[in-house]
Amino acid sequence: MNPQIALPILIPLLAGAISLVFWRSRSMQRFIAVAGTAGLLLTALWLLTTVNRDGILVMNMGGWPAPFGISLVADLLGATMVVLTGIIGFAVALFSLGSVKRSHETYGYFPLMHLLLAGVAGAFLTGDIFNLYVWFEVMLVASFALLILGSEKAQMEGAIKYVTLNLISSVVFLVAVGLLYGMVGTLNMADIAFRLATLEDDGMIDVLAMMFMVAFGIKAAAFPLFFWLPASYHTAPVAVSALFAGLLTKVGVYALFRVFTLIFNQSPGYTHEILLWGAGLTMLSGVLGAAAQYEFRRILSFHIVSQIGYMILGLALFTPLALVGGVFYIAHHIIVKTNLFLISGIVQRLRGTYELKSLGGLYQSHPWLAVLFLIPALSLAGMPPLSGFFAKFLVIRAGLEAGAYGVTFIALLVGLLTLYSMIKIWAEVFWKATPSEADVDPPPSVGSKEMWLMLAPVVALGMCTLFIGLNAEPLYALAEASAGQLLDPDRYIEAVLGDTQEKTP
Amino acid sequence: MEPLMAVAIGILFAAAIYMMLRRSIVKLVIGLMLLSNAANLLIFATAGMVRGAPPLVPKGMTAPAGAVADPLPQALVLTAIVIAFGVLSFAVVLVRRAWEIVRADDLDRMKDTDT
Repeated sequence: MNPQIALPILIPLLAGAISLVFWRSRSMQRFIAVAGTAGLLLTALWLLTTVNRDGILVMNMGGWPAPFGISLVADLLGATMVVLTGIIGFAVALFSLGSVKRSHETYGYFPLMHLLLAGVAGAFLTGDIFNLYVWFEVMLVASFALLILGSEKAQMEGAIKYVTLNLISSVVFLVAVGLLYGMVGTLNMADIAFRLATLEDDGMIDVLAMMFMVAFGIKAAAFPLFFWLPASYHTAPVAVSALFAGLLTKVGVYALFRVFTLIFNQSPGYTHEILLWGAGLTMLSGVLGAAAQYEFRRILSFHIVSQIGYMILGLALFTPLALVGGVFYIAHHIIVKTNLFLISGIVQRLRGTYELKSLGGLYQSHPWLAVLFLIPALSLAGMPPLSGFFAKFLVIRAGLEAGAYGVTFIALLVGLLTLYSMIKIWAEVFWKATPSEADVDPPPSVGSKEMWLMLAPVVALGMCTLFIGLNAEPLYALAEASAGQLLDPDRYIEAVLGDTQEKTP
Repeated sequence: MEPLMAVAIGILFAAAIYMMLRRSIVKLVIGLMLLSNAANLLIFATAGMVRGAPPLVPKGMTAPAGAVADPLPQALVLTAIVIAFGVLSFAVVLVRRAWEIVRADDLDRMKDTDT
């Protein structure tokens, strides 16, 4: 038995259930929020150390042997993603204590947050493709409700787009799962990979691969179906935005990594070529969208899209170094992007607005906040010695080695334009003088306890970015080992199904 | 039976996409409902249709005799129906709240968050 595989899913589910029991007790819900996410982080770390030591861990739910029951599988990529989920969950839970409005808390903010984390962790750990669909839906339903907390006009408009596109992606995913089952007669991902390799019908496999690509591409906000993201992410309460920005699209990216390394690795000349084009256009359209924006969180939302392009680029090049870069990029990006959204929340709390035109002079009044902003901002743009530099360096070097000069050029250009966007925020929010004719009501002053609760996660995530940047070796080794596992799907199949040599499909 | 199902599923998908392309948010939700039903029927059909052959193992044997219906897609469809029901009820409530707040049934008038 390996309880550490199931615990990262069970703890948030349990924490959510207990929060619901204490529906009327605000202090109890706040305590469970911190305790539950801390438990998630600790078990995730336990899982990662075990996987790192013993290799891929498998747990068959209910004792049903592998292809028949539902398996939970933790390989290095999955375990790393769960650790990142724990980090982001814990950071956002702390931040929420200081920032979430009382009315949102009474409408069930904390139970929904736990449910979302359970869905995300489940998606990272499941080894069954239909179970993946179920975890996606758990995550989606929680995110729908979190997105409209507060019921403002903009939230409604954003939520309709978010709900529609995500439901369409779920249906495409479901149809693809159904057709895949019709072809191979199994739902276990390892078993699917094992059986697909023996099938002759390449045309149908490519059709299915494209359906999965569209379904996960919508979830990951890849070109051309990313419009739901910048339309909705800036409308939610800021703690929710930060949670979404860090985790939700990355679940889509993770699913792409999983499916296109394990199952659909037969014709990379076709599928991965399309991914490559998608990656380039995603990077470009995201960064150009951001250049036109003058609202703090909208700029950041468009940058999520452009950064997704780099991760998919790592998958699309499909060389060992590119996959290392892709995994490294995901880890770096989750931390940095959440941090930037949290900082935008602090700025809004101090000045009462997200509009760049009405902001200004924060460097004079809060110089430490400016420094805390510069760390993730420059890391996002890829300045050495921060974490983003190594992430971009790996992906771009892989692009040059693979001879994909066009996409590599786009990646470099997008890095430059990202820097432009970050400098724009820096100049408008921190550097320029406070506009005299500010049309915003001054917000109530911030209590020091509230401020510390909001600052602690920002400082901690900033330290993570600095640490990864100054000491990239441990994360690089981890990314290299996970990429090694991704490129050798036989190890995954063997860990789940046992020795496949004896079996005949 | 399968060709008939295939045509029915195709018509459902077409109707769903047509409804989703309309500007009214109510029609959008109707489109989503048809879409999820089309997907459910499709999963049901992928396993092939076997008439009057429940997947039961006779006493004293380890496998059912002859061709039987595959029970797994039916379990999948059941799960998918429940999930779709939950999500679509949310969508219906969302559309109602959106109408109360925005006072518009027209997606073209919900562009504030796009620019």
